[in-house]
Amino acid sequence: MHNKINALRITSITILTSLVLLFNGYSFKALAHDESSATEHHEQKFNAGNLILDHIGDAHDWHIAGHFSIPLPVILYSPAGLDIFSSARFNHGHDDYTSDKTNLTYRLHENKVVVVDSSGNIDESLTSAMYDLSITKNVAALFFSAVLMCWIFISIAKSYTRNPGKAPKGMQSLLEPIIIFLRDEVAITSIGKKHYKKFMPYLLTVFFLIFLNNLLGLVPIAPGGANITGNIAITMSLAVFTFIITTVHGNRHYWRHIFAMPGAPVWVLFLLTPIEILGVFLKPFVLMVRLFANMTAGHIIALSFFSLIFIFGEIHFGAGIGLALFSTVFTVFMMVLELLVAFIQAYVFTLLSAVYFGSAVAEDHHHEEAHAH
Amino acid sequence: MDLVKPDFGLIFWMTVTFLIVFFIMKKFAWGPILKMIQEREESIEGALAAAEKAKEEMEKLQSSNEKLLAEARMEKDKMLKEAREIREKMISDAKDAAQKESQRILTEARNSIQNEKVAAINELKNQVALMSIEIAEKVVKKELSSNESQKVLVNTLINDIKLN
Repeated sequence: MHNKINALRITSITILTSLVLLFNGYSFKALAHDESSATEHHEQKFNAGNLILDHIGDAHDWHIAGHFSIPLPVILYSPAGLDIFSSARFNHGHDDYTSDKTNLTYRLHENKVVVVDSSGNIDESLTSAMYDLSITKNVAALFFSAVLMCWIFISIAKSYTRNPGKAPKGMQSLLEPIIIFLRDEVAITSIGKKHYKKFMPYLLTVFFLIFLNNLLGLVPIAPGGANITGNIAITMSLAVFTFIITTVHGNRHYWRHIFAMPGAPVWVLFLLTPIEILGVFLKPFVLMVRLFANMTAGHIIALSFFSLIFIFGEIHFGAGIGLALFSTVFTVFMMVLELLVAFIQAYVFTLLSAVYFGSAVAEDHHHEEAHAH
Repeated sequence: MDLVKPDFGLIFWMTVTFLIVFFIMKKFAWGPILKMIQEREESIEGALAAAEKAKEEMEKLQSSNEKLLAEARMEKDKMLKEAREIREKMISDAKDAAQKESQRILTEARNSIQNEKVAAINELKNQVALMSIEIAEKVVKKELSSNESQKVLVNTLINDIKLN
């Protein structure tokens, strides 16, 4: 059913909006037709929640258009051994697959691979013992963006080395202001001139990976459309990296600031130290949640407006077409807003990472400044 | 909620991908890019500083030129002034000398005139004296032509001597 809706979404929206003016005159005629057929459609009732969750979630195949989707490799590691097979074997969740190597039967249950026993029930203990390292839609999209990013920046680096000292050209001049902005306004401002250099590669990589994936997430067709930065596993990994780098680079003042705030009375420390220790973990946690929530929310809103078309379309055909215009306009507005959000969230993640690094390497005389952050 | 439950596979692949991307980018992209940007900034900064220095030098040169010019002008003024002074002095000196000379000539003329005059007067006096003697001689000759009158005179003279 999802495939049908997906197909409708991608192919019909453009047709619907372009024909909306033409069809407006027929809306009364359509009303009569729609009421007679409403009962027939009842069993196939459109479920916006499922559509949206399906889109922002992960999948074992990459849906392109209509019934066409690219099967992705399923990689499963369990105590019994490693199984690698194509997700096409699941036949969109209709079939189970039994591996000859490990003699385990796998099933696609709610977009997740589970192990089933001989009687056809889900084997919870074997499922929880299994590691799913499949190349899912998000992983494939991530690979794509990683390759794209390497290609873009290595080609830029080449053009830098080809004409050193010259004014930037093309892609170079598009991205150089961002790189300089990150260096001057994010890294140097937050970390300081003395230490910023060693954090630059991480900050740049994080910024551009998030930014690129945010933008690709806005592209509705493959290889875009995956909600990578709106996936909590991705934001968690990034936040953990920031946490590890902060902790590793934390100097004497940083730890002293956490465990025994200078200048605070001893009785205050009993209150302050647990809060500061909690803060150490809270900071990356907030990083993780902020990016995840912002990107997911953006996708949910955009998809909700699309879903409105079909919800109203089921009630009344004319209303659906009328709403298609409204929804499209609003989705365009949301997309433009999301372009801004894509930059802002990448910037905020980078900036906060830089601020945390800054507090970790801050010298004693920077103490007040670091504390203010 | 599946949405907020991090998926192990995705964390694994993300970590692997990120680390690979990070190290590739660090070595092949960020390193050269940041280095080149910095080098370019430094070269631009250097060029700007050099231009600034050249400008300063130019200004310095110009000000020294101006100073030289002012000095030359001052020198010229001084020279002109001196020349004018010399000229004036020369003129005044010449005037003085001329005046003195004319004065001297005048004085000389006056003196010689005086001398001539005195000489002329003396000459005149002598002539007058001679003429007077001649006249007196003639008168005396005439008066003493008789013996009587000679006697009277001798007597008179003797009387005068007596009186003395």
